[in-house]
Amino acid sequence: MHQEYTVVEGDFVNAGTASSSVKKTLKQLNVNPQVIKRVVVALYEAEVNAIAHAYGGKVSVDIDSDKIRMVVADKGPGIPDIALAMKEGYSTARPEVRDMGFGAGMGLPNMQKNVDKLNVTSEVGVGTTVEMEVNFV
Amino acid sequence: MTLRDIVKSLDATVYLGENQLDREVEKAFASDLMSDVLTLKETPILVTGLCNIQTIRTCDMATLDEVIFVRNKKPSDDMLELAEENDMVVLGCQYSMFKTCGLLYQLGLKPLY
Ligand SMILES: Nc1ncnc2c1ncn2[C@@H]1O[C@H](COP(=O)(O)OP(=O)(O)O)[C@@H](O)[C@H]1O
Ligand SMILES: [Mg+2]
Repeated sequence: MHQEYTVVEGDFVNAGTASSSVKKTLKQLNVNPQVIKRVVVALYEAEVNAIAHAYGGKVSVDIDSDKIRMVVADKGPGIPDIALAMKEGYSTARPEVRDMGFGAGMGLPNMQKNVDKLNVTSEVGVGTTVEMEVNFV
Repeated sequence: MTLRDIVKSLDATVYLGENQLDREVEKAFASDLMSDVLTLKETPILVTGLCNIQTIRTCDMATLDEVIFVRNKKPSDDMLELAEENDMVVLGCQYSMFKTCGLLYQLGLKPLY
């Protein structure tokens, strides 16, 4: 099953709509609730990042019988040092992002903790792509 | 204890879930940082001063079913609509985070850590 969502620049109110929808789909597919939680927490943090740090982007989701693959690709400033960005506590978030309850440098670490595979690629001045995979069993 | 005990102790307003106050609650977690709430494996009642749509979305992703907004922060209609879709109970009280947590601790709610 393939799904696509658009993440709109600056649209904090709708951050999480893709994750909510994926949650509903996985529930219907009777995926283990613990696994669903891991999937949607990771996707939600990635969605927030596409709004908080970039100018929006696209979420594409592929659901197989045994796993889910999620790609969040944004147009944005990119990440100059990915290893540094992955460090817990590292954040360049604007006050606006903190006002929404994010911006403590826990997003990428949260993704890492919840998925089975995480791959972040980025080109400065072009954008960032976050690929994540979670196995259902 | 039940949500009804909590409402009584905090003199709380029930914004959503009036008919679900018999739900049992055992643990509480207090934070304004949603990334931190998203790390929780358990599903305590959330005590928070952050009152916006992302609070409710975070509860949705983290499968938290109960939230208390402190310091008279009132949830918007959009927030309550989303919360209702997820069968949440939404409470509010006038007390500070500190006092709210103190009262809940005294009442017997347990911390996660
Ligand atoms: N999509 C992105 N585009 C550009 N920079 C990003 C992106 N995602 C993360 N970053 C950078 O990595 C840092 C850490 O991200 P994260 O762990 O999610 O924490 P936070 O979002 O709280 O800052 C961000 O502050 C930002 O500098
Ligand atoms: Mg983040």
